[in-house]
Amino acid sequence: MEIRIILRGALSGLVAGVLGFIFARIFAEPLISKSVNYEYGRDAVVNALNKAAHRPLAAPDADVFSRDIQSTIGVASGIIAFSVAMGALVAVAYLVLHGRFTPRPSRLAWLIAGLGFLGVYLLPFVKYPANPPAIGHPFTITTRGQLYLALVGCSLFLLGLAAYLAVKLRHKAGGLRAVLIAAVSFLVAYAILIGWMPSLGDLAANVAASGQFGYARAATETPQPIFNILSTPVVFDGKAYAPGQVIYPGFDADVLWKFRWYSVINQLLVWTTIALAFGALLDRFILPRPPRVVPGGQSGAPEPNEQVASAAGQP
Amino acid sequence: MASISVPGSTTRARVTPEALSRGRVAIILGATAFLALAIYYLVGVDEGMVSLFGKTMAVHEWVHDARHFLGFPCH
Repeated sequence: MEIRIILRGALSGLVAGVLGFIFARIFAEPLISKSVNYEYGRDAVVNALNKAAHRPLAAPDADVFSRDIQSTIGVASGIIAFSVAMGALVAVAYLVLHGRFTPRPSRLAWLIAGLGFLGVYLLPFVKYPANPPAIGHPFTITTRGQLYLALVGCSLFLLGLAAYLAVKLRHKAGGLRAVLIAAVSFLVAYAILIGWMPSLGDLAANVAASGQFGYARAATETPQPIFNILSTPVVFDGKAYAPGQVIYPGFDADVLWKFRWYSVINQLLVWTTIALAFGALLDRFILPRPPRVVPGGQSGAPEPNEQVASAAGQP
Repeated sequence: MASISVPGSTTRARVTPEALSRGRVAIILGATAFLALAIYYLVGVDEGMVSLFGKTMAVHEWVHDARHFLGFPCH
């Protein structure tokens, strides 16, 4: 029973992942290409300037796989694996919760997937949004990773608390008011949390790096324009740049906006597909079939399924 | 599924499948959650902030685009 429900969750995730990959292939990959090209150009400029100024050079990035691989099977396997994992987790959450509440199975699946979308992706995105290549300093990856995972964990935990609060208040305050009270409490707690967590630009390593070529004090790690930070002109690519002059532009704001917007849509697509597909599969699997089922039918599936809705609620 | 023996409908009201297989259910759910989190880790984190499988950058580079687009920190 459990394994069959988990497989249904994973299958929903697989469908969601394929759709997510197609979306990413069409909408994200052109932006990722632009970002990678920007990054290459930028690295070349920063390296040339540091070399000319006798400053330390950054280690070159490893190119293990070609862009062709990364932008096809690479991105496909990543998004599909992520979606299958999330589908399986939604199924696990469903199995843990289904005996405690008894809504229609698909409704509970939608609720879990909705909370998953918020907790795993959208709420952390509010503070630490998705970034295309070229954004994100290699020397802060550990701190950024810890902050991001901590925020994912805290988001899920606070969402769980809010959902628990709504369920507890449901009889006292009524369904709608219970949900509103829980939602407002959640928003207050979450606002305090993300206000307290540091902006990436304020990390000590970024403050320390802000005086170098290509870096500046900023709230985020989005690449700033590269200025000539020296007090003398520098020559790059045969052209002289006066002190303070821009040598290479900052990251394209439109590319960044589109990338983040598409990233949100992609996750929305993945989680919505998981919710709808898993919900539909659950209803088919668990709810009593219409009476045309013949007793002693060949599959045997309807027999154990009927228990799920009723069994766990009663001692 | 095959290992749960579901009794006939007359005994079903008294013995739930949960009661028959609570430990087994816990193991299945735990193992699934562990596997799913391992996939989440491999797609999103490994060979980035920490690395369990060496410093080859192969995992990181393979899922590179997905990691960015799914919102994980990357570089």
